[in-house]
Amino acid sequence: MSDIPAELKYAATHEWARLEEDGTVTVGISDHAQSALGDVVYIEAPEIGLTVSAQDEAGVVESVKAASDIYAPVGGTICAVNDDLTDTPETVNQDPYGDGWFFKLTPTDPADLDDLLDAEAYAEVCAEEG
Amino acid sequence: MADRTPLYEAHIAAGGKMVDFAGWVMPVNYGSQIEEHTAVRTDAGMFDVSHMTIVDIDGPDAEAFLRKVIANDVTNLAEYQALYSAALNAHGGILDDLIVYRLPKGFRVVVNASTREKMLDWFDAQSMTNMRIEHKPQIMLAVQGPEAINKLLAATDLAALNIKPFFAAAHGDWLIGRTGYTGEDGVEVMLPVDQGLALWQSLLNEGVRPAGLGARDTLRLEAGLNLYGQDMNETTSPYVSNIGWTVAWEPVARGFIGRHALQAERAAPMEKLTGIILEEKGVLRHDQSVETDAGPGVVTSGTYSPTMQRSIGLARVPAKAGDDCSVEIRGSLKRARLVKPPFVRKGKILVN
Repeated sequence: MSDIPAELKYAATHEWARLEEDGTVTVGISDHAQSALGDVVYIEAPEIGLTVSAQDEAGVVESVKAASDIYAPVGGTICAVNDDLTDTPETVNQDPYGDGWFFKLTPTDPADLDDLLDAEAYAEVCAEEG
Repeated sequence: MADRTPLYEAHIAAGGKMVDFAGWVMPVNYGSQIEEHTAVRTDAGMFDVSHMTIVDIDGPDAEAFLRKVIANDVTNLAEYQALYSAALNAHGGILDDLIVYRLPKGFRVVVNASTREKMLDWFDAQSMTNMRIEHKPQIMLAVQGPEAINKLLAATDLAALNIKPFFAAAHGDWLIGRTGYTGEDGVEVMLPVDQGLALWQSLLNEGVRPAGLGARDTLRLEAGLNLYGQDMNETTSPYVSNIGWTVAWEPVARGFIGRHALQAERAAPMEKLTGIILEEKGVLRHDQSVETDAGPGVVTSGTYSPTMQRSIGLARVPAKAGDDCSVEIRGSLKRARLVKPPFVRKGKILVN
């Protein structure tokens, strides 16, 4: 069973989102997603300043096995990317909810986070996928 | 419902993440593909390859049959010697790649899992009067890595294993071939199911690491070995698939299937299959477009090489293409370079 922290919000496409105290939203991929992908070897981050809508492509994660798009869970403007993943992409496998974060965005409307799944609903999505 | 090899339960017990492959449920990894890959390069790993198709062919016409249906020539094979070959269609396209062993009585041929039905039908259609073709399901374990043979000896009652590369030996009901698909030393053991289950357990006890299809793919790509259906198929000949060396043209009188069609291509193939290295960040994948100074090509296999820690692949490009090229990845062109495979052999990186 994968780790699904209760305090985070999730997209059905397996990104997690956390509203920070400074009003930005940190985004990464779930433990379930990193486990399904296998060893992560390359991250293509979005450009800082890029404006995205919810469910827009915002980067790519490549494992040994396959390439997978990362989608913005909510709309906003990319304000930071995790440069450490360039040299140590395996951090995504080791610490998906911590040092393995992908990018931060300034949300168009923080209330959009309410449209995302809570931990319980996301656990059901994972269970359905087996 | 997908088929299961006799080792299915053993894979689950070892933490195997099971996926569908050519109609079989097989382990793609047991946790970390990279760790399994590294185990094979530095120590020893084992793969369940029981989904591959073992075919025994014997009888007075067996040799003549094989001299007709495969492009390499079994005539001069010593007893227990192995030979890699392609089986071709009349147009010179590759139906499958296979290994054939000459046994004291007849031959054993191992063809791919994904081509089982096609090849069994093809062999039947081409068969001669005085011969017998028997599909022989067994357990087949590939034990690979610099410590593979030592660990096999420790795990069994074998006192020693004096088999040269590309030869085999019988041991009771077992056939042990010094062959593999990883670029490392090792063996492939074919044996009855009950003994195979016991051997798996004994090898586990000796610290041989189970390795899945994922590691099998990165290892074979580093070793520059083709995967049937991906790097070559019925529309590609051995000469555009980097295995022209497996076609035996002498003696001239041997009329193997595909010979006539291949004759024209032999002199001047239009394309070549070669290695490719990505010079920028990213990962090469099957079907990406390649731009060369002699025209377009395609990546036939691509992956991240755990040994080289960069992306490598195989590409089919115009025969006259120079080394510098580029690959289109998600709409942008990335610098790449054509190189002669293999990339890695016996733990050593062979290309820069």
